[in-house]
Amino acid sequence: MEMESKYSISCNQGIAKVELCGRLDATNAPALQDELKKLAGQSISSLVFLAKDLEYISSAGLRAIIFAKQKIGVDTQVYLIGAQATVLNVVKMSGLDTFMTIQDNL
Amino acid sequence: MLRVDLSPTHTHGEYKLRVGKPLPFGATIVPGGVNFSIYSRHATSCELVLFEKRAPKPCAIIPFPDEFRIGNVFSMIVFDLDFENIDYGFRIDGPFNPEAGQRFDKTRILMDPYAKVIGGRDVWGQAPDWDDIYQHRARICFDDFDWDDDHPLEVPVEDLIIYEMHVRGFTKHPSSGVKYPGTFAAIREKIPYLKKLGVNCVELMPIHEFDEFENSRLSPVDGRLLVNYWGYSNVGFFAPKAGFAATGKFGMQVDEVKALVKELHKNGIEVILDVVFNHTAEGNERGPYISYRGIDNKIYYILTPEGYYFNFSGCGNTLNCNNPIVRNMILDCLRYWAADYHVDGFRFDLASILGRDQYGAPMHSPPLLETLAFDPILGKCKLIAEAWDAGGLYQVGSFPAWGRWAEWNGKYRDDLRRFIQGETGMVGVMSQRLQGSPDLYGWLGRGACASVNFVTCHDGFTLMDFVSYNGKHNEANGENNSDGGNDNYSWNCGWEGESTDPAVNKLRAKQIKNAAALLLVSQGTPMILSGDEFGNTQWGNNNAYCQDNEISWLDWDLLNKNKELFEFFRKMVNFRKVHPALRSRTHFQNKDYMGSGYADITWHGTKAWNADWSATSRTLAFMLCGKHAKEGKAKDCSIYVAMNMHWDMHGFELPKLLKGMLWYVAVNTDAPSPQDIWDVGEEKKLGNQGEFLVGPRSVVILTGK
Repeated sequence: MEMESKYSISCNQGIAKVELCGRLDATNAPALQDELKKLAGQSISSLVFLAKDLEYISSAGLRAIIFAKQKIGVDTQVYLIGAQATVLNVVKMSGLDTFMTIQDNL
Repeated sequence: MLRVDLSPTHTHGEYKLRVGKPLPFGATIVPGGVNFSIYSRHATSCELVLFEKRAPKPCAIIPFPDEFRIGNVFSMIVFDLDFENIDYGFRIDGPFNPEAGQRFDKTRILMDPYAKVIGGRDVWGQAPDWDDIYQHRARICFDDFDWDDDHPLEVPVEDLIIYEMHVRGFTKHPSSGVKYPGTFAAIREKIPYLKKLGVNCVELMPIHEFDEFENSRLSPVDGRLLVNYWGYSNVGFFAPKAGFAATGKFGMQVDEVKALVKELHKNGIEVILDVVFNHTAEGNERGPYISYRGIDNKIYYILTPEGYYFNFSGCGNTLNCNNPIVRNMILDCLRYWAADYHVDGFRFDLASILGRDQYGAPMHSPPLLETLAFDPILGKCKLIAEAWDAGGLYQVGSFPAWGRWAEWNGKYRDDLRRFIQGETGMVGVMSQRLQGSPDLYGWLGRGACASVNFVTCHDGFTLMDFVSYNGKHNEANGENNSDGGNDNYSWNCGWEGESTDPAVNKLRAKQIKNAAALLLVSQGTPMILSGDEFGNTQWGNNNAYCQDNEISWLDWDLLNKNKELFEFFRKMVNFRKVHPALRSRTHFQNKDYMGSGYADITWHGTKAWNADWSATSRTLAFMLCGKHAKEGKAKDCSIYVAMNMHWDMHGFELPKLLKGMLWYVAVNTDAPSPQDIWDVGEEKKLGNQGEFLVGPRSVVILTGK
């Protein structure tokens, strides 16, 4: 059964955590982008995407992540945590991995 | 806030529409929807056809309302499209009258000529569904790649060292050791290698979308599939080839190419694209309907008075490049690659076709070439022409240039090959080639860098094969070895093909070094064929256009086996980079305008100050005065190059340097590795400052400091 595509954002002491689930593509990425934009101006040092339940990410999804980094702060570090192999592959092959730090867990 | 000018005014079924903007052509994401725009002068009606991605049948066919047409342009905004997941095309109606040049067929679904992403061949070599009614499918492109502060590098053309490569062939062989063989991503993995070699520009063979299955057939020799591997056949001009992208199956080839350009730039390496505007993949009247034929055949192609396709490209049709519409498309295309992909320059395949008019006749002042030479967006791009075509035009030295176009100097290739093989009567022309060919480019302000110097390129033998084969061996192409050029000026050094004879192999290595040394001390812009630096072979196939296998894939195991060659190339590239006297934009003046006591260039032979220009001479030398480097604007030591293409050794009397200066040997192709070439700063002082014994068939380079 396909996982429901959703995300949830929480913020604590300058670290913003975004839990991703299911799919992140052109249907829901713009909404995520809008939510992440709201974090701008809140001195976020780290933007952490928890991706262990993320099954699929499209180019729109990846770009929402990168766009968020630009909007929130040039010095904000972006982390991609626990991404599944398929998602990781797309990130690395496309060259968009240079924008983020990839880790298995926190 | 919902703006009035972005809200729908029409509906078609469940789709909401609005009159579109005629410009830009193609598909553009606008707030709330997508703007589609297409030109056709002779169409009587036009429909937009939408598919769910890869679906066999359309999900919508939306006619352009007549009130949405302005002039010859149909445009429309369609709202609420899931633009990551649709394919789009057009069905266009109009007259079918081949004699009058009209071939409209409203049953065909046609690809947008301005498609920025094209699906249908998403994974290289994956057999398509031949029953698919829409084979090459236009898709919609995102425009939001984060370039950070990247921009085209604008490396001065005189400092460029170009490295020609085929994207797939560069890393497809298992020996390449990369994670994503045969892709744009893999080139990124090889950047450390490119930096080690020292080249600062990669010229990528065609990366626009093409159909590898075009003309595919089984080889009569071994039954393997022969394909359109080189890619000199456009399906679309604006889209990168999905099959060259590791992320092609995810539709992220645009990002992958941009990421590659960005990473290359970060490492000081420019990107030149090989572009093919001389014909399309639609072939002649027996070819497929992909796009242009069904959109406006008469506009896009040069046609005979009877309505057949002129074939100046040798590939079935000829794009009507100087027609104003097509000219604008080419301009839009190049501007798009320059602005959106940060590409540093373009090499134009069979560029002489771009100078033909709508009837095929060559023009004195072709509008397209002039437009490109003066275009503001392309203003800092390198423009390089392959200055001939397959219809009889040969314009090396006379390509309409306006001081902006450089040319692949085919004469350099031929003359240098003949010279290093010891042909007589070559010293005169070599003196021209070594100086950036002023006989060809010393007029109309073209300068030395109008000459792109090369000994090898994708057409013809690799450098190792040039010294290993007297004749071509293209049997594997299945055309009875009748394809491929015959004027290779190659010499097998005593044995045809691979040899275990140490003397043969030693001579081959020396000849390769001779070619590399002369290429890299010549004025003009040098180009190296990828793989030559480690002796890559195609086993004598000089036209490997259809070989998607070990014949054309670079064998990286040779990097170890031929380490000596790689080291020579690496150090020779570095030598060029360190010595500005080798990299002048202008031609020599043959006089001492800096008051150094020496003219900028002087010619010598076995006797100093006295070159032997006679018809039987096989020896030549020249000296560059370091004070004249870059017209006196740079400081350099003196450089002396001796060339002995005779089979006996000869003593070369050395010109005297100024008091206090001494000659050092930097390169001696006759010496065994590692004494064949010294790193900059490690050159060996000559014991005998008056004469150097140059070995048979050898090149010696000295620095005077």
